[in-house]
Amino acid sequence: MHLILFLVFAGFCLGGAINLLIQSHPINSALSLIVVMVSLAVLYLLLGAEFLAAAQVIVYAGAIMVLFTFVVMLLNAGREARTMGSRAARSIGFPAVVAILAVIATVILHAQSLGVARLSDGLTNVPGQTNIELLSTVLFTKLLLPFEVTSVLILIAILGAVALARHDDTDPQGSAERTDK
Amino acid sequence: MSSYFAQEVPLSWYLLLSAALFSLGVVGFLIKRNLITVFMSIELMLNGVNLSFVTFAQQWHAVKGQIFVFFVMMVAAAEAAVGLAIIIAVFRARATLAVDRIDLMKL
Repeated sequence: MHLILFLVFAGFCLGGAINLLIQSHPINSALSLIVVMVSLAVLYLLLGAEFLAAAQVIVYAGAIMVLFTFVVMLLNAGREARTMGSRAARSIGFPAVVAILAVIATVILHAQSLGVARLSDGLTNVPGQTNIELLSTVLFTKLLLPFEVTSVLILIAILGAVALARHDDTDPQGSAERTDK
Repeated sequence: MSSYFAQEVPLSWYLLLSAALFSLGVVGFLIKRNLITVFMSIELMLNGVNLSFVTFAQQWHAVKGQIFVFFVMMVAAAEAAVGLAIIIAVFRARATLAVDRIDLMKL
């Protein structure tokens, strides 16, 4: 069961990622990325990360991808010109990507101490304690300060996004540009 | 039926999948010519790294790996908000999303 689920959703994952690359319309790429993220949520579930699976669906597949599709539709992004990248990307980038992937795959496949994933495996050794209890205990006691700093970061991001995307009507140059069009 | 449930998957397969996702993200970053899809490729790379974090959390039975993924997700949400706002500002200034035509800082 675990093996079948892994193979099916790893296939969805890779298929969605490849589809993201070969589609030329941004909205199709965005929908493929949603497929990748939902499949990753299932894989997190298989790895015993229930909370992260839920957060992946809500935050990534929900919030972030809605933002992406919203921007694609708002800017009316059409087909992109199909190129294979710049000369530097062709001559250095792709060989480097293949080399890095080969090195990582060799290291992973030669690693002897890697275990196996079972559906029943939890992170905790205490009987009766769930993964989410353990995670929230660590998050809200030991790592409380980073957690609160993250909320400040998100507040700054909200303010930055509003400041960047706002129409500045007091700027005479900008309004002149707009009336020209 | 119970034999199917008893089956287990080597963690190295998860790590290989995460490396493949990251590499596909890098390739997308290099070949895509639309600002929004370049940004999507970055999200793909982040997801590949997250998968390896969760895999190692399972390998070492360490909850910190999962918490790190949680923080990565929060930072990615903030990054997406700011990045898409920048994309909207760029589109308003240049009226294009093609990365080849956004070359103001090119020599």
